[in-house]
Amino acid sequence: MRAIAERLVETRASDAGRRTKRIKRTVLHAFLIVMSLVWLFPLAYAVYTSFRPFAETAKLGYVSLPQHLTFDNYVHAWVQADLPKFFLNTVIIVVPAMIIVLFLASMMAFAVSRYSFRFNVGLLLLFTAANLLPPQVIITPLFRMYLALPLPDFLSDNGLFYDQFIGIIAIHVAFQMGFCTFVLSNYMKTLPKELNEAAVVDGASVARTFFQIILPLTRPALAALATLQATWMYNDFFWALILMRTGDKYPITSGLNALKGQFFTDNNLVAAGSILVALPTLIVFLVLQKQFVRGLTIGSTKG
Amino acid sequence: MSSTRTPAPPTGGAGVRRSGRKFSVLTGQDRVVLGLMVGIPTFMVVFFVIIPMIASTILSFTQWNGIGGFAAIKFVGLQNYIDLVTVYIPFFPALTHNLIWLGFFLFIATPIGIFFAVLLDKEMRGTRFYQGALYLPVVLSLAIVGFIWQLQYAPEQGLINNVLGTTRQDNLISWLGDPSLNLWAVLVAASWRHVGYVMILYLAGLKSVDPTLKEAAAIDGAGEVDTFRRVVFPVMRPINIVILVITVIESLRAFDLAFIVNKGLNGLELLSTLVTNNIIGETSRIGFGSAIAVVLLVVSVGPILFYLTRALREDNP
Repeated sequence: MRAIAERLVETRASDAGRRTKRIKRTVLHAFLIVMSLVWLFPLAYAVYTSFRPFAETAKLGYVSLPQHLTFDNYVHAWVQADLPKFFLNTVIIVVPAMIIVLFLASMMAFAVSRYSFRFNVGLLLLFTAANLLPPQVIITPLFRMYLALPLPDFLSDNGLFYDQFIGIIAIHVAFQMGFCTFVLSNYMKTLPKELNEAAVVDGASVARTFFQIILPLTRPALAALATLQATWMYNDFFWALILMRTGDKYPITSGLNALKGQFFTDNNLVAAGSILVALPTLIVFLVLQKQFVRGLTIGSTKG
Repeated sequence: MSSTRTPAPPTGGAGVRRSGRKFSVLTGQDRVVLGLMVGIPTFMVVFFVIIPMIASTILSFTQWNGIGGFAAIKFVGLQNYIDLVTVYIPFFPALTHNLIWLGFFLFIATPIGIFFAVLLDKEMRGTRFYQGALYLPVVLSLAIVGFIWQLQYAPEQGLINNVLGTTRQDNLISWLGDPSLNLWAVLVAASWRHVGYVMILYLAGLKSVDPTLKEAAAIDGAGEVDTFRRVVFPVMRPINIVILVITVIESLRAFDLAFIVNKGLNGLELLSTLVTNNIIGETSRIGFGSAIAVVLLVVSVGPILFYLTRALREDNP
């Protein structure tokens, strides 16, 4: 009898435990749902506004239910602000910059992680430090350098680094080199050392070891970094702002500011323009989420 | 540094020769290839980042308006720094705003990000959705973040004022125009993105914590809060340092949002916008702008060195 009573008490206790656990879970979910909605709200509101005609929001106010939804704002923003041109500028800058920085950084990472030099650690530190600096620390001399340094005609239509796509590509490559090298060398360190030794035994040169053995194995890290770097370079606002003068050559993110004047006639147009410019990064978010997050985290967690 | 400045072969060559037995198999050609592999990237970094950094420091002791070539550069000693603290009105506001930015990130945005990461670390349904919602702003540029938040903050057309009913001339709240409000408004927008960034990094760190540690703590009767405070947080030390450094660096780098809102004037002065405003525009004061850049450099060097020495110690235990 007592045994049964005890067992009864026990199950009741564990029932209560399970119930408090379930309540806790529910509260947690409710909290997270609310927070998620709060976080999504600003963007969702931008999307909503972008689909409403200006005349309607002017009449009913911004806090109102829609009577019409339209793509007109998108068409206007696209045409009026000449967005295709700015998108093209961005492509001209980001694609080569991303390829060059990954290529150079993977060579650097290969050399410092698979062979030991006297300056190994020093170089890696120098690179990382260079990547962590606020860009404004170097901008003044860089701006003067860009105005003073000559470039041959086939690389630059004004004979300078200033106001040129190649100038923006160069600073992206140099500035992101540290981060990419850091991430790639951490990744390459995890590849077995025996790979190099086997290559040596087979009589493979350093170049062959790099291109045919190590580089293919680094592909996952390269894919993650490519996603991350493309997004970061796409999102960069500062370099072109200072190192370019011709508004027509601006990449899209820097161009946004110049477009503000045209856009600011109505908020609905601002919303549509912002969504259009954000679209490529939103696609990264939806499609390449894993790559993007990995790019961010292999830098900080080593693996 | 001077030895790495010349591109390629010398650096690689010298290093390879020293490092002993392993390299006896390297041919001359291999050494040249390795030299190039190290030399070209090093050249890029040194030429475009390190040299300008040093030049900033040198220029900060000079006076130059950019006209008349390098011959017109005049050394003025510490004059720029003296002017900075005595006559240049926006300097102390900018410094204060950078510190407020840092404090806001450090004590509000970053802890919220960590808190979300800890909540999401529990395996449960819907995690992917929550995680996605919180990290969505991270892919957006700060410029776009600025535009999206202007839709909320705009005086007459903005959502907030429309909800509050403060859109008439006599009760209008100018969220981005009022110097006592705009920094906080911008900080909310900046945090919207920073929280997700911290959450993602911290979550990755939490996933790498050995789950048996948490189980052991639970068996010992530790509550969730205790488990985190005494077991998980200490184990997460390397990630904590990364987060700390990122928070500090991001606060010092703050620029885009302030510049988009009002070019970093009238309540939104930051060291970074002062540097920028001193070199663009009609009155290009290069020496003076450089002095501000050096102040920014000096405050950045602390956290950078802190991080690098940690990274180094970890590499060579």
